[in-house]
Amino acid sequence: MPDHPRPDRAELIDIYRTMRTIREFEERLHAEFPGGEIPGAVHLYAGQEAVAAGVCTVLTDEDYVASTHRGHGHAIAKGCDVTAMMLEIYGKAGGLCDGKGGSMHIADFDRGMLGANGVAAGGVPLSCGSALSAKVRGTDQVSVAFVGDGGANQGAFAESLVLASVWQLPVVFVVEDNGYAQATGTRFHLGGRDIAPRAEALGIPAVVVDGYDVLAVREAAAEAVLRARSSEGPTLLDCKAHRFFGHMEGWDQQAYRADGEVDRLVAERDCLRLFADTAIVRQTLTTAELADVDAAVRVLIDHAVDESKSAKDPDIGELLTDVYVTY
Amino acid sequence: MTRVLSYLNAVGEALRQEMQHDPSVVVFGEDNIGGTGCDGKLGNAWGPTQGLHEHFPDRVFDTPITESAFVGAAVGAAATGLRPVADLLFVDFAGVCFDQILNQAAKLRYMTAGKARVPLVLRAMYGTGMRRGAQHSQALYPLFAHIPGLKVVLPATPADAKGLMAAAIRDDDPVIFFEHKMLYFSHGDVPEEPYVVPLGQARVTRTGGDCTIVALGRMVAEAEKAADELVADGVQCEVIDPRTISPLDTGTIYDSVRRTGHLVVADESNPRCGVAGDIAALVAEHVFDALRGPVRVVTSPHAPVPFAPVLEDAYAPGADQIKAAVRTTIPVLARQEHAS
Repeated sequence: MPDHPRPDRAELIDIYRTMRTIREFEERLHAEFPGGEIPGAVHLYAGQEAVAAGVCTVLTDEDYVASTHRGHGHAIAKGCDVTAMMLEIYGKAGGLCDGKGGSMHIADFDRGMLGANGVAAGGVPLSCGSALSAKVRGTDQVSVAFVGDGGANQGAFAESLVLASVWQLPVVFVVEDNGYAQATGTRFHLGGRDIAPRAEALGIPAVVVDGYDVLAVREAAAEAVLRARSSEGPTLLDCKAHRFFGHMEGWDQQAYRADGEVDRLVAERDCLRLFADTAIVRQTLTTAELADVDAAVRVLIDHAVDESKSAKDPDIGELLTDVYVTY
Repeated sequence: MTRVLSYLNAVGEALRQEMQHDPSVVVFGEDNIGGTGCDGKLGNAWGPTQGLHEHFPDRVFDTPITESAFVGAAVGAAATGLRPVADLLFVDFAGVCFDQILNQAAKLRYMTAGKARVPLVLRAMYGTGMRRGAQHSQALYPLFAHIPGLKVVLPATPADAKGLMAAAIRDDDPVIFFEHKMLYFSHGDVPEEPYVVPLGQARVTRTGGDCTIVALGRMVAEAEKAADELVADGVQCEVIDPRTISPLDTGTIYDSVRRTGHLVVADESNPRCGVAGDIAALVAEHVFDALRGPVRVVTSPHAPVPFAPVLEDAYAPGADQIKAAVRTTIPVLARQEHAS
């Protein structure tokens, strides 16, 4: 495999902006959630930004991703409109899915975002399908299936690895091992340290990746995407990056995590800070430029939240639309 | 031009013609080619996909036994430009991949406010009669009809099997296509050219003014037999085959009941929360004033399908039970029955 070109200045800025947007989006939701205006279940992605940003930076708009219940980061990294996402999470008119999907079902087919998914590993088989579609239609589109360590235990995931292997599908499985399936640790639930060997056993190249290091994720993803585009079949990336917040807002106080674990994570394994400290970023971008991104992102998220709070509820007439194309 | 064709070959002909007509149609399932990965010849499919790969080698695939993955792949492929026809083999195997049907296929369009469309067909063989026991013989269509977002099709004749399959493939929503295993080798007139039987339009197989019999799938032939025999009692039955239970052509059923005043529903599925009970309830709600006798439902019992031939034969309903139900819903006949 040839090395993927090093990221240029524009891509470095893009990667940083993506990660900062996800972080700001999630921290803001965490702050707003207790106010009671956000309905339902919200699962935050903060801490894992490097995985979504590192994978999606090597994808095009035409490529597909299928996401998980913890899907905001994937949607942002795939280019979904942040205000429309926020409106969706608030259940308002004008949301990305007109308020019919919510946090767990954000999708934007125009961006190749096939949807967050309320079922662990539920989206993984969909990626086999979008990959089959590209193959049959003769395009070089790549499909990415994001799945958590918890979802990786599902039969749908195991079966999808088999199908992708035997059909040689242009799909990249991105496991995000964040250490916890809800409140149950991988040390108990995974039955082994890594998920990568499960793919290797099926002849699928697999690599364990430092999920806090966006450039390492990008490098691994670039190789996997090139393999898929070259009709050389699937790859699995087993990315390790723990989440900052609990499983779900409003319910999970993270008592199952060791004392000081999250504080250490934030202090030592913050992918944004690690990225800003890399040689390539220090040589290419100034701290002022990064601060400008931070400021612009804050304005963007402020706007998204303000819009969402003042937006109208969906029209009640929408209740029974879109069940079928025709019926 | 019309000629006699089996139900199985009628389904196969629809698949071939629709693949010819539309390059986005792909067909896959376990042994849909039959022989991939073996040293012998390809082409060992048992069912309607037999020989299809010879015409379309790039669009017919064998799958590993991975229903969650390949049914889900059908959903993902449908949402991204293909028209997949995936094969569950026995509908009973929906048990291992129900998430992909219930939570993914059925809901993707609604959850995305109409941005997604999921034009897939899931073929599902069903029904009693082949001595396959409890896990290969169920008539599970009510489970699927219960779920908004899915369409459910049950052809009863070879001609409908072809026309409904063509309609299902061309339809932009997910369709579960139920093929009765005991109807595969039934024969009937089938036009050679491609045609479509629209989803949601019932077929009145015979007209009559005394009692409406709504019959599903294999029960249609049983209802016709019962209707034939009831002529001797001076009873003219109208037999309606809904052909699809979601959508359901309630208009045709209501019109008929308004004329006959009596209703019997014949349904091979189990009785609780099923299609027969649903149709009975709809009629009771919407045309109660026209009813001149109790609605009767004829179904399999609330029990798994047994294996032993004598037990299985006693399990599924047939013409005799339908006849008895008609007699007990028409008061004058019910009185005769009681007196005798």
